Amino acid sequence: MSQEQEIQSALVGRFPELSDKVSVRRDRRILAEVPLARLHEVIDFAVKDLGFNMVSAITGLDERERFAVLYHLNRKSSMMLTLRTILPKDNPVIDTVSAIFPSADIYERELVDLLGIRVQGLPEGRRYPLPDDAPCDIYPLRKPVQTQVPQEQKGETS
Amino acid sequence: MTDRGEVKVRIGPQHPALKEPESFLISVRGEKITASTVKLGYNHRGIEKAMEERTYIQDLYLVERICGICSHSHSSCFVQAVEEIAQLAVPKRALYIRTLIGELERIHSHLLWLGVAGHEIGFDTLLMYTWRDREVVMDTLASLTGNRVNYGINTIGGVRRDLTPEKIEATLKAADILEERTKYYIDVAKEDSTLIGRLSNVGRLTHDQAVKFGTVGPTARASNVNEDVRRDDPYFAYPEVTFDVIVDKHEDVYGRTLVRVGELMQSYQIIRQILKNLPEGPITVKAPRRIPAGEAVSRYEAPRGEDMHFVKSDGTDKPERVKVRAPTLANVQAVSQMLQDGYLADLPIVVAAIDPCFSCTDRLIALRGTESGTMDWDTVRRRGIEWHRKKGLDFSLVNRRFEERVERSSKARLG
Repeated sequence: MSQEQEIQSALVGRFPELSDKVSVRRDRRILAEVPLARLHEVIDFAVKDLGFNMVSAITGLDERERFAVLYHLNRKSSMMLTLRTILPKDNPVIDTVSAIFPSADIYERELVDLLGIRVQGLPEGRRYPLPDDAPCDIYPLRKPVQTQVPQEQKGETS
Repeated sequence: MTDRGEVKVRIGPQHPALKEPESFLISVRGEKITASTVKLGYNHRGIEKAMEERTYIQDLYLVERICGICSHSHSSCFVQAVEEIAQLAVPKRALYIRTLIGELERIHSHLLWLGVAGHEIGFDTLLMYTWRDREVVMDTLASLTGNRVNYGINTIGGVRRDLTPEKIEATLKAADILEERTKYYIDVAKEDSTLIGRLSNVGRLTHDQAVKFGTVGPTARASNVNEDVRRDDPYFAYPEVTFDVIVDKHEDVYGRTLVRVGELMQSYQIIRQILKNLPEGPITVKAPRRIPAGEAVSRYEAPRGEDMHFVKSDGTDKPERVKVRAPTLANVQAVSQMLQDGYLADLPIVVAAIDPCFSCTDRLIALRGTESGTMDWDTVRRRGIEWHRKKGLDFSLVNRRFEERVERSSKARLG
């Protein structure tokens, strides 16, 4: 059995409800769709039992009717496990993972600033990446938001 | 000042030590740093959002401009994700050329870093030396791609420029010259007692801390973390070349220096293998304008460490979402740990030691007055050399001796 399949069966063995949710995308890439309620248990299992001791990044997606958050976990630089979880659009709240991964702090601040997802338990700190005086109610990576080209630039390109 | 004798010092976002805006709030007692926080985001340009509103081909040029130094890293990482989604079989020759440019970029970046590190510790001779040598690799990049930075070599499905036998010859010669110079820098790094004394035990980051903070690249490898995407998650031509991953146990700025000069030597070896085994054939396959729906996670070992891109497509000619995680973002979070209990005066070199990114490019100058007009780079260089010769600075003898040494060692290597 390949390493990828071993990880897949370990995940499904521990969390039977993930049986049809874990897929090997290609060599060294595994995707698991995890319900929000079990997310922290799955992360704990991946870190402690499967050795995924680093989070390479956290990606937030606006999928129109819902948000998705992707945790790209990394093992010895040679295996990527992406955990995908869905958040409702009307109340996007997720718990922080910065207690497990100190480096996750900055990726979670991106979710807050760019998508307006609330991250519970995130330590106090400055905004990132938007400036302190950026409006608090516009989340640039939400889909309806369009960037505006300044007037003078429009003139030059047309 | 608080009653415990602690003083808070605000450094940045603009200051003479670093060329990029980031700000630090440092608490010091006497000269010792007791706590520090880093504030980032001054360079946020909304590139991820802008990429959603442009086509894949436009994005390729935009993504290259995230960073002026590891521009090839970002465009390669992005193009690799798009090609995975579109299931394009990129020709081998194109993968080899991408690898070649990637390694040349690593050489240019590491030489640049070595100069900056020298500058930060008051060793400006090293800055002058390494930046002069860096011109050799910059010229090579310019002749292979047309540009000193932002090479524009990648396109979806391959590369845009092919190699000719003359260019291969010139690149091999440049690698010989640079290898000879790098041997000298390794001697300096291993023997110069001032350099060793200044960098040892500065900016300490233990193995466990390096893992805990998720550091990548030379920063991690200098703390004995044996990880390199080129070997562990191979892409492009890396499965077919042999090289060593340089790991060091010093766990400080000195270790980070040794790792980078060691990696330079590996890059020359990779370049020679690439050029020797360069496959014949086309350099590009036709790519569809609309990329089918899907998503991919792509990783690339940039000069500063793991670069990661996530691309989601929706079947149109524009990506649905692009997420970029550059290596500096992974490394900068360990800086507070490195500064802890160190001296305030060590701050510039500790921050510089993770090699944060900044960009620079100059190709043409315009002269005012009687000689108005533009000059190409070679003319500028010739004029500079002439000007210094008139002032009594003539390096032609030194240069000739060096050329002889390069010739001797390349003969010795070829047996």
